[in-house]
Formats: sequence, C-alpha cells, structure tokens
Amino acid sequence: MTVKQYKQVLAKPLLEENPITLQILGICSALAVTSNLSVTLVMCVALTFVVSFSNLFISIIRNYIPSSVRIIVQMTIIASLVIVVDELLKAYDYETSKKLSVFVGLIITNCIVMGRAEAFAMKEKPYLSFLDGLGNGLGYSIILIAVAIVRELFGTGTLMGYEILPLVSNGGWYPANNLLLLPPSSFILIGLMIWGIRAYKTDQIEPNEYKLSGHASAPDLSKRELNV
Amino acid sequence: MFEHYLNIFITTVFIENIALSVFLGMCTFIAISKKIDAAFGLGIAVIVVCLITVPLNNLIYNSILKEGALAWAGLPDANLEFVGLISYIGVIAAAVQILEMFLDRFVPALYNALGVFLPLITVNCAILGASLFMIEKDLRFGESVVYGLGAGVGWAMAIVVLAGIREKLKYSDIPEGLQGLGMTFLIVGLMSFGFMSFGGISL
Repeated sequence: MTVKQYKQVLAKPLLEENPITLQILGICSALAVTSNLSVTLVMCVALTFVVSFSNLFISIIRNYIPSSVRIIVQMTIIASLVIVVDELLKAYDYETSKKLSVFVGLIITNCIVMGRAEAFAMKEKPYLSFLDGLGNGLGYSIILIAVAIVRELFGTGTLMGYEILPLVSNGGWYPANNLLLLPPSSFILIGLMIWGIRAYKTDQIEPNEYKLSGHASAPDLSKRELNV
Repeated sequence: MFEHYLNIFITTVFIENIALSVFLGMCTFIAISKKIDAAFGLGIAVIVVCLITVPLNNLIYNSILKEGALAWAGLPDANLEFVGLISYIGVIAAAVQILEMFLDRFVPALYNALGVFLPLITVNCAILGASLFMIEKDLRFGESVVYGLGAGVGWAMAIVVLAGIREKLKYSDIPEGLQGLGMTFLIVGLMSFGFMSFGGISL
C-alpha cells in the first residue's frame, strides 16, 4: 500500500462516490437535522466517529466472524459505539442531544455505517478500513454542512447563531425565507445539489430507460430538402 | 376508548407520516420505489414487522429497561435505559429472522413475494425509528400496537404513491443529470410539502 492509495481511499467518497448523492446511503438524517448548523456539526462528528471506528473494529475481527451471523455481530459493534456517543452527548451537551432526539440512536441503522462495514471493512485491512470510514463520514458531512449552511443562512439570516444577514423584523434588510426552515426543503436542496454534481461529473448521470423520440431521432429536415 | 386509538392511528398515518414528515427509512424509500409491485411488497413487509416489533419493544422497555421497572425481580434501583438501543435492534433483528423462518414454513406464497426485502428491513430506520418514537412518546401497550400499525401503514402508503409517480416519470423528458436520483429527491420534496398541509389538523 502506497501513500497514494491511502489518499485515494480517503478522498474518493468526498465527491466521486459520495455516500449521499451517489450511493443513496444515510439520507434520513441528512434531511431532518440540517435546519441549524451547530446541530448539524455535532451530528456529522458523531456519524464520522461511529463509521470510522466501526469499520476499524469490524475489520480487525473480520476473519473470526462466521458469515451466517455477521449482520448481528456488526450490529452489536455499531450499536455499542452509538451508545457511547449517545451517553457522551447526554453528559456534555444535553441541549443538542435533545434537539437531535432519536437521530443519534438512528445512526445504528444509518445505511452508511452498515453499507461500509459490509462492502469494505469485511474485506480490507484495519488501517485502510478506518480511512474508508473517515472518508465516507466526511463525504456525508460535506453534503450535510452545505445543506445546513443554505438552510440556516437564508432561512434565519444567521450562521451558528451569529447574525450574518440582518432580518427585516430586526430592522435589517433581509426578509427571511421561511420555506427553507421546513424539512422538505432539504430534499429540494439535495436534489439540486445532485444535479450540480452530475453536471460536473457527467459519468454519474443515470441513462433514461425510455428515450423520447422527439430530440434524438427527429427527422433531419435539411437532408429531406436535398432529396427533393 | 376506540376514538383514542383511532386518533393515534390517523395521526401516525397522515399527520406524522413516518416517511414524509419525519423522514425515516429514506434509503430504501428512494432505492426501491422504481416499480409499484416491489414497493407494495416492501410496504407490506414493513407493516408486519412494525406491528410485531413496536409492541415487543414496548413490553421490553416497560418491564425490564425502564427506571425502577425491575422492582418485580427485587432490583428497584436498576435503570437499564442505556442498553436500550442495543436491545431494540436485537429484538428487531431477531423478529425479522423468526418471521422469515415462519413465513418460509407456513406461508410460502408471501415469503416468495417479499423475497430479499425481509432481511433488508433490519437496517430500515423506519422500524427502529418507530420503536424510538414509541419510547419518546411514552405509550402504553395497547397504544403501541396501534402506533406500530399506523407507522407501517403510513410508510407503505408513501412508498406506493412515490412508486406510482416514478413509473409515470419514466416517460417524461427530464434534463440529464437530474434523471433518476435527482428528480426523485425533488418529487419526494414536493410530496412532503403536500403532507405538511395535514400538519394543522388537530384531532
């Protein structure tokens, strides 16, 4: 393993194989916890911690797990890590832990954790698995933080609680866009983000099953005129 | 009494729809909604598993894990709430496994129809989410049965509706890059805005 390969494992999930926009993993929490940047940051740290360490531990014992009970073994490791995170949050940041409510617990069934454990940690060496977990956690964080910045900045005019755009209601000039505070707006934002990423990385575009005949195979008018 | 249960059911199905209002089970929701048949099968499986696991977890929480719940065993000070997450997911994994064996043996038609979706349900956050919300709402046993059913029915309804829209969407002319995943996200966003209109209703 060269340094270059390590870098690749770490960097690939950031944009090229982003867990949210390409692998369709871990979407639930991306939608529900992104209305406030500081809460989102806590969630990102929690998930990155769980996914990298679950990858590490599962990879360490991968040769001793019988394949018929592997899901339960993985679940136990992941659930224990999540309990650690949950108890830590309750002890040191009770306010945020209340705001995140069930979503910390739901990291257990966050498909990024399970998906990476199945697809990567069961096959690769511990150090590499740890990096893969870290990369996927960061890829997830990038999308979440981007969505949270848009929603908080344009929804309430603040970032991390500090005023950036002074609101009309406080004597400023910016009328708050309340639509962005509603959870469904994050679907629209992520949808548009996927469009943006795919406009740049064109190989991610999904081909259309049924091509419309209108554009691609329209009768070529210029040729017909020549025939006449 | 009946009215109270009906209220819980309608609230869970429409006002607090587990897919479109609290956004749980989104990965499977988006990945397996290309065809109505598959979506319907998965929906039924989620209803059955929710109906079994939510009341089961309610029993476990109220008689073992809750603070002071072990008084009947002579341990009035025990508070096992911190092992909650690991026991709920254990119950769900076990229930799915048992259900799979049961269906395979006694109802092979349904077993074949559900296929790979049954084991996948273990990692569907709608199921674990329903159990966690049940704990947070502090429901009694009877209420938790209705809540489990409502959560499953709401999720199943949402995925069947989305699959219907996506089947029609195949024939529309969508810009490249927005095809597939991107468009699905926008559609789910619009559906979810629609469901927010139920939010003002109080029963």
